[in-house]
Amino acid sequence: MLVQFANWVQGELACSPALAKIVGILLAAVPLATVFALCFAFTTWLERKGLARIQNRIGPNRVGPFGLFQPIADGIKMITKEDIVPRSSDHFFHLIAPLLVLVSSMACLAFIPFGLGMTMSPIDTAVVFFFAILGMNTLAVFLAGWASRNKYSLLGGMRAVAQMVSYEIPLVLSAVTVVMMVGSLDTREIVGAQVVEGWATSENSGLRFLGQIAGWHVFTPWGFAGFIIFFIAALAETNRSPFDLPEAESEIIAGYVTEYSGFKFALFFLGEYIGAFAVLGLAITLFLGGWNGPNFQPWWSSDPHALLIPGFVWFFFKMFVLMAVLIWIRGTLPRLRVDQLMSFAWKFLLPLALVNVFVAGFLFHVAKEDRVWASVAAFVFLYLVAKGLSRMNQSDAPAPRKYHFAE
Amino acid sequence: MDLLGSGIFKGMAVTLKNFAMTYFDRGRKERLPTVQYPEAGDTVTLFTRNFPFLIYDGEEEVDGMRCVACQICERECPPACIYIVKEKDENGKFVKRPKVFDIDVSVCMGCQICVEVCPFDAIVMDSEFEYSKEDRFGDLLFNRDELLKSNDYYHKIHPEEAQARDANLAAKKAADEAKKKAREEKAAAAAAAKAAAEKEASEKKDSPEASEPVAEEPKAEPAAPSENHAKAESEAKEKPAAEETPVEEPAAATDETEDAKEESSGGSEGKETSEEPEETAGSGEDDEKKAEEGEGVS
Ligand code: SF4
Ligand code: SF4
Repeated sequence: MLVQFANWVQGELACSPALAKIVGILLAAVPLATVFALCFAFTTWLERKGLARIQNRIGPNRVGPFGLFQPIADGIKMITKEDIVPRSSDHFFHLIAPLLVLVSSMACLAFIPFGLGMTMSPIDTAVVFFFAILGMNTLAVFLAGWASRNKYSLLGGMRAVAQMVSYEIPLVLSAVTVVMMVGSLDTREIVGAQVVEGWATSENSGLRFLGQIAGWHVFTPWGFAGFIIFFIAALAETNRSPFDLPEAESEIIAGYVTEYSGFKFALFFLGEYIGAFAVLGLAITLFLGGWNGPNFQPWWSSDPHALLIPGFVWFFFKMFVLMAVLIWIRGTLPRLRVDQLMSFAWKFLLPLALVNVFVAGFLFHVAKEDRVWASVAAFVFLYLVAKGLSRMNQSDAPAPRKYHFAE
Repeated sequence: MDLLGSGIFKGMAVTLKNFAMTYFDRGRKERLPTVQYPEAGDTVTLFTRNFPFLIYDGEEEVDGMRCVACQICERECPPACIYIVKEKDENGKFVKRPKVFDIDVSVCMGCQICVEVCPFDAIVMDSEFEYSKEDRFGDLLFNRDELLKSNDYYHKIHPEEAQARDANLAAKKAADEAKKKAREEKAAAAAAAKAAAEKEASEKKDSPEASEPVAEEPKAEPAAPSENHAKAESEAKEKPAAEETPVEEPAAATDETEDAKEESSGGSEGKETSEEPEETAGSGEDDEKKAEEGEGVS
């Protein structure tokens, strides 16, 4: 609907291209910002409720039904809170850091196709652009840590840089496999490649149903390994538990947000969640079929491409499922140590991602009739590589301590 | 050789189970013990104890008070949050009742020691749930009238304990009565003997001399108790020897009577020597009687 409205407005404004362009950008950006701000609010609620249940608590349940309006109350609190800026901090960068986090996260969203024709900035190098802008996040976080002039902030910023730079490599490498296989950097084409074309347009509704799923990259060996690597690296990239070292409460207060309060803190929070949405959105685009999902042809339409459930519904459904998994992981896994974090990235994820790239390249050249056997072999091979890597990493773990006088 | 990452999945299964079970009635009790406080009421059980309160018997709050202002609890309270001032009648004579009995519940740590040491079962632990107050200082200093609660209330919150205490009190009363009787008989016998002796003596001497041995006893005793009353707790700590007798075995019936004797003799300051034997038999019941008498006088 919005798309149609936007197209209509564009048509009306065709006489002045410059104005049309500005209006077009606004029309695309405003709903995006609004929808994701709402998603953020809902996710904070989901996270608090989910974590509470995992920890055998009830969670927020006072404001509105099931505490659903809690984010609004929190927002009001955040806005009305006093904004404290340390006297010796670098005021300008202290101010600009949260904005930068939010802007870079939001900008990443521009390349995600939420539905058919619902990509805000449809460019053919979207994946590269995405990672380039995501890299700005690191800068912003470090800026926050440095500008605060606080040892905890600085430590948090340092950790963030080390972690984000390390994990960016497996993140990109796992995305590279998809780019290799599809042969395009355009996110729309990547999504399109995950539909089994022959099935999806067939008359048989069951086959069409399957055709929307079976092509997902996550069901291929390289896609499966790639998705897992991507997901783990995404956790680290967005500072989510168990990789939330930059804001480890038990060690460095709140890391780089230690000196932030009030609305600036809220901006950081928002930026981080939007960043998580963006990275998850890319994961969905690359591996989970984007906005494709089991779908039907509406009975009133004869167009074989018409869908009963709009694509963005599937997209947001997948996003929230992944978000729930993120919350679930947060409720389960304890935080890693810094050395564990680093060795995991460099000794496990990176080699595995590299091997995965080669496996993908190998599979690309396998003839069509041998695909099945090659896939099974690739699965086994990748698993063995992963197992071997984990074995190798275990050897430098210290032996379990022996207690001589205990007992 | 277990599957790669199986440890993580095991952990995830545990949290998933915890998450899911909170939504089913079967797992509710164990997994979701939270009580929605203002709606679902409090979590007070029969075993809840928080702060002490004073019991009164019958209908009248002040007259039915069991406390005799013996100040044992005041001295024993570890954080020293009890403050007692004894009541005096218009003659300046101490009545067996506290005029001021303050407990600073912001200091009280709920240790129940005051309850343990009270020889008269006058102070017991409460289980009131909603103690929130608006004033940090004044409201948290509970005075005598706030602390006084009826025995019925006590029976309501801790029925078994209350019954045990009542039985204990009744047994004590019976024992005291028996003792009193025995003592009265003895006194009667002594009086008879004395009368006989007096008769003999009156033929020879004047009466005052004969009464002297009776007055001897209270004269010796007031020294210790009066010291106790006069000195603050800090000073009392320096002289533990003087304190020890009432402190160590306050629950024993004999000590009680002694205590009461001390109190009464301290109060009367040896003036009413003839009343002495009756007062030493003091139990809760006697205190009441006395309190009533005092009321009648005033
Ligand atoms: S010990 Fe018992 S009787 Fe003595 S003052 Fe305390 S509450 Fe009253
Ligand atoms: S419960 Fe303990 S701290 Fe509280 S008044 Fe009694 S003796 Fe003092």
